[in-house]
This record gives sequence, C-alpha cells and structure tokens, in this order.
Amino acid sequence: MADVQRPDAPDRDTLLRMFEIQSRIKLCDERFRMMLMSGQIQLIYYSPRGQECISAGWGVHLRPDDYVVTIYRGLHDHLAKGVPLRELWAEFLGRATGTCKGKGGPMHITHPASGLMVTTGIVGAGIPIANGFGLAAQLNGTDQVTVVNFGDGASNIGAFHEGMNLAAVWKLPVVFVCQNNLYGEHTPMSMSTGVDYISERAAAYGMPGVTVDGNDPIATWKVMGEAIARARAGGGPTLVEARTYRFFGHLMGDAMEYMPKEERKAAMAADPVVRYRVWLVDNGHASEAQLAEMEEQLTAAIDDAVEFALNSPQPELSELYTDVFGDVAMEGTTR
Amino acid sequence: MSEPRIMLTAMAINEAMDIAMGLDDKVFLLGEDIAEPSGGVYKVTNGLSTKYGAQRVRKTPISEQAIIGAAIGAAIAGFRPVAEIMIMDFLAVCLDQVTNHAAKIRYMSGGQTTVPMVIRTSAGAGRGFGAQHSELLEAFAIHSPGMKVAVPSTPADAKGLLLTAIFDDDPVLFVEQMMMYWDKTYAGDVPEGDVRVPFGKAAIRREGADVTLISYGRQMYDCLAAAELLAVDGVSCEVIDLRTLVPWDEQAVMASVAGTSRAVVVHEAVTRCGFGAELSSRIHEELFGQLSAAVQRVGGANTPVPYASNLEAAFVPQVADIVAAVKRTNS
Ligand SMILES: Cc1ncc(C[n+]2csc(CCOP(=O)(O)OP(=O)(O)O)c2C)c(N)n1
Ligand SMILES: [Mg+2]
Repeated sequence: MADVQRPDAPDRDTLLRMFEIQSRIKLCDERFRMMLMSGQIQLIYYSPRGQECISAGWGVHLRPDDYVVTIYRGLHDHLAKGVPLRELWAEFLGRATGTCKGKGGPMHITHPASGLMVTTGIVGAGIPIANGFGLAAQLNGTDQVTVVNFGDGASNIGAFHEGMNLAAVWKLPVVFVCQNNLYGEHTPMSMSTGVDYISERAAAYGMPGVTVDGNDPIATWKVMGEAIARARAGGGPTLVEARTYRFFGHLMGDAMEYMPKEERKAAMAADPVVRYRVWLVDNGHASEAQLAEMEEQLTAAIDDAVEFALNSPQPELSELYTDVFGDVAMEGTTR
Repeated sequence: MSEPRIMLTAMAINEAMDIAMGLDDKVFLLGEDIAEPSGGVYKVTNGLSTKYGAQRVRKTPISEQAIIGAAIGAAIAGFRPVAEIMIMDFLAVCLDQVTNHAAKIRYMSGGQTTVPMVIRTSAGAGRGFGAQHSELLEAFAIHSPGMKVAVPSTPADAKGLLLTAIFDDDPVLFVEQMMMYWDKTYAGDVPEGDVRVPFGKAAIRREGADVTLISYGRQMYDCLAAAELLAVDGVSCEVIDLRTLVPWDEQAVMASVAGTSRAVVVHEAVTRCGFGAELSSRIHEELFGQLSAAVQRVGGANTPVPYASNLEAAFVPQVADIVAAVKRTNS
C-alpha cells in the first residue's frame, strides 16, 4: 500500500491519532518483551504485536464514556481505550499503584475512568457481559457504544452464541470485534472452525457481519466507524471480523512449532505498523521527523511508566482481604 | 397493632421486587418467561411486567450465560438487575459468569467496579422433577468468594432479605425453595412496605437448653417439628435459622452451642461438602473442648435426586432423621 493514495482515508488528524495508538502499543510491547527476555521482569505475557491496527481502528472512533471489554491478550485494547501508561505498567507488574492495586494483573485490567470496564481471562466470557453495558446505555437513553474484543477461538464457545443472539434480539449498541489472528493457542482456525469467515456467523443471529483486513488501518477504521455509528444511532449490533496475525505466538516463551515458519516470516515482513508509517510519510500525511518525534515522546512516556512501576511497592498484605465484599470483612475470619 | 398480613412465600417475593422497582428505577428484572401473560413459570413475577413494562421486566431467550452476563455488565454500569435462573440446577450452565465474573470482579478490579445484582433461583426436591430440576447447590456460591448467599425460610424473610439483596452492592444468590412458593403451610405474617432483613443475622426460632439445631430454608420447619417431638421426651432444642450463609452469623451459632454443648446441622443439599460440613467444622474448631458430643450432620443423601416418590422422600432429610441425629448427640 506504500505509495497508494487512499480516497477512503480519514482526515490527517485521525490518521495520526491512529498511528499514535499503534506506536504506543508497538513500543509498549517491545519494552515488555525486552524486559522479559532480559529477566528484568517476570510475568505471563500475551503479546498483541501484529494486531495494533484493529484497536487503533476502533480507538479513534470511541469517546471516553464508551465502554470496552477485552481479553487476556488485551494490552493493545487497553492502550487504545486510553488506560494511562503508569497505572497500566504498574498493574502488569503487580504493584499497589496499578489500575487494580495489583490485585487483577494483566488478565484483568480495569479502568472505568477510561471506559475499560472488564478484561477477562475466560475465553468468550466478555461477550455476554458487554451486552449488559449495552443494555445499560439503552435503558439510560444515552448513545454510548460498547466494543467487545475477542479472538477467533472465542467464536466457538457457547457464550458467543448466547451473547450474539441476545444482542440482536434486544438491538443492543454493541460492536463485536473478533480479532482473528488465525490461531487459538496452538490450533489453527482451519482445525477449529467450520466457516471460512467468522463474520458469516452474524447472519445466523440476524445482525450485519463484515470481514475486514485488520492489517489495513484505513479499511479497519472505516468498518469500525460504520459499526460504531450504527450502534450509536440505535441500529443495533454488528460483528466485525478483523483478520490479522499474532507475531509472537500464544504467549511469551511459546516455541511456535505449530506455526509454519514461512507464514510467520511473511506476516512479520508485512508488519502493519511499519507499513502504515511508510505510507503516511510517502503520501505526505506526516514527515519522517514528525513521526520520529512522536515515537520519541512515546518512548519517554514508557520510560517514565516503567520507572514508576518498578519503583512502586507491591500491595500491602492486608489487601489480600479487601475488595471481596463491600461491607463484610474477611480478614481473620472464615466467613 | 395492625392485623397480620398473612402471605404466601411467592407473593412476599413478588412484593419485594415490586417495592424495589418502585423505589429505584435502576432495578430491573430479566429471565426466561418472567413477563406477562404468564408471569413466570411459578408466577412469582406475576403482574410486574404489566405494572413496570417490558423494558424493566425483560423476557430473555433461553440463554443463562447471556442472562447473567447482561446482568453483570448492567450492574457494573450502575443498575441493580435481578436475574432469574428458573431452576437452580441450571446454574451449572452459567457458572462461569457467576463464579469467575460476578463474584470476582470487585476483587480483580481492586474495588473499582462492583456488581450489585441478585440471582434469584428456585430449588429443591419434593415435586417429582427428578435429578436435574431438584438440587440445592448453594455450596457452588458459598465456595466462590465474592458471592453472598441468602436462603429464606419465612415469607417475611423472603421479602426482607430480597429487598436487602437488591440494594446490596455485592452479587447475591437468592435461593427460593419451590415447595414453599404457594403452600399455605409456609404462609406467614409479612410487614407492609420497605422492611429489610439484614444479612448475617440469624433468627432464633425456638429457644432451648440441650441441643442446638442449625438450619436454613425449608428444613427450618423440620427442625421445629423435631424439636416439638423431642420436647415430649424432655429434650429441649434451640432452633437457629441462619437466613444468610454468606455472611453467616457465627456469633449467634457459637453462643448457642456454647450453651447447649450439642449441635445438629440440617440442610437439604447433599451432605458431602454441603454448608453443614463447614458449620460442623467451625463449631469443632471453636468449641471442641466444650462439646458433649460430635456435631451431627443431617442433609440430602450423597446421590442425585431420584424420581420415584419413595426414593425422593428417602433422599430428602426428614424430621425423623433430625430426631435420630439429636439422639446421637445424647448417647
Ligand atoms: C473457557 C476457556 N477455555 C480455555 C482457555 C485457555 N485458553 C486461553 S487463550 C486460548 C485460545 C483462545 O484463542 P482466541 O480466542 O483465538 O484468542 P487469541 O489468544 O488468539 O487472541 C485458550 C484455549 C481459557 N482461557 N478459557
Ligand atoms: Mg486467535
């Protein structure tokens, strides 16, 4: 796409905001992997690298008061919804200053102030919950939209079926974003899924379904925009299947023997963030210096967040017992 | 003094939902077949959809995960949903939403998000429904930190505990025993208006000196009947109705058993790993040296609930089982 003009592209400001989100994700991910590999930090890490354009594609359309639900592979979604870097890093490292006081961890990032409402480690389980946010908006008569993210593998679990049907029946303002990275853990989609395109399943629920190249930021932006606008206007839910690729397997340390080497090499050679960057410059949407400066600023912000997290204490031991209930003390009891 | 308002359990539960919906427009109901014209398979929600409309009394598809999930999301977003799971055995098909999400979200978010919702469900053997429509599974929720659990035994408690549950900021599993809904045996005086029964406060239903019977829900009546029979033999039973299991009134139980030195715990759920096991264990831990006998458990057989009426009756703990257990503490 490098030197191709795109008549379907949004305005320059939106183009650059998308790049900013993508770069934030890419740079954060690179830092996590570097620190993990050097042994500076230890955690179970599901890299979102390769999937940046999808979150950026809905991220620029959402308002702070819109809701997002996501999964364990959620760093890109957290950042696209605006979860602040310091609290996010601190939560990943299990620190008291994290979004959830270190009690949730990367698999359960929650930051209602940014509209990041639920991160779940249970495949598919966010889908029915997203409907509840949609229902709340509908009952309140607001035009808030809920975007729920999940993988291709999640489209085979029962919660997907129940949630999609209910959303269609109740015309909920929810956009179902299936980030299809072609694998669920170690299983390619072709071995787990009976349709070629997950978006085909939307027809079974009576809602629009669309497949988009999730590595094409502009096409993704457009599809997300249509789905979000429809939900906002009371037109009900949409299933968006955004096709992409996981660069680093299921989780950090995955030997990836089940992924053909050539396939992965080709996907990484076509790195969507890098491609988009080149396109922006080649088409005069930004200068090289401008993007480099943006990246420098992001790097500095990440430096700051990492330092903040590393210098933050772990939670007090008394936190073990808090937040189980609003009003029933747990400490020293067996209740 | 005003005239007593004698009500059936189902009507008391209905009244609690009616009052809650009248008080707070963030309260809404969702579940299978709960709306008019039928008003629910047990008619517990009768009239409410007519009064409050289909937006607030929402008929759902047969999708238990979707029901609980929607309740969770709406609860986090500021509503107070009351979700109905028609029969308690069906909790098994949405347990992920209950234990992994409703129960854990407050904790996982470090207290940023709360899930003020109620799961009402009907349960219990005795109606020839067989193994998949008869179980009491409160232990599922008790074993899931973050869930509160209430099991009322009287219409007044059914109303008062449900009102408390709806306005509580944590998720509550509210267990209704279907045998009690429309049976006049269980009818009782119900105070008018928004009268709430606090969680974690047991009721002493009968005072006694020799042995403490600890129970909840429908078995409380069997405990009272056993106490009546035993009184003839000169055995004086104290009957404690826990009303809520999370939190439970440890203080009241320990105070009573410290006085009687004997205890029998009674529930309909399968005995093995039922809440009675926890009660028994806690009493032994706290009062071992003061006990005159080991705590006895009376509960459902460690089997699925059978169909044939004689087998079903043999599954459910009976008054005679309670009497026998009390006698074991005296030998
Ligand atoms: C209910 C459930 N079953 C199994 C798992 C284990 N598991 C974690 S991720 C995963 C694969 C999911 O694949 P997909 O939905 O495509 O998401 P991706 O990881 O590719 O982003 C599995 C099986 C789980 N977390 N939850
Ligand atoms: Mg996948």
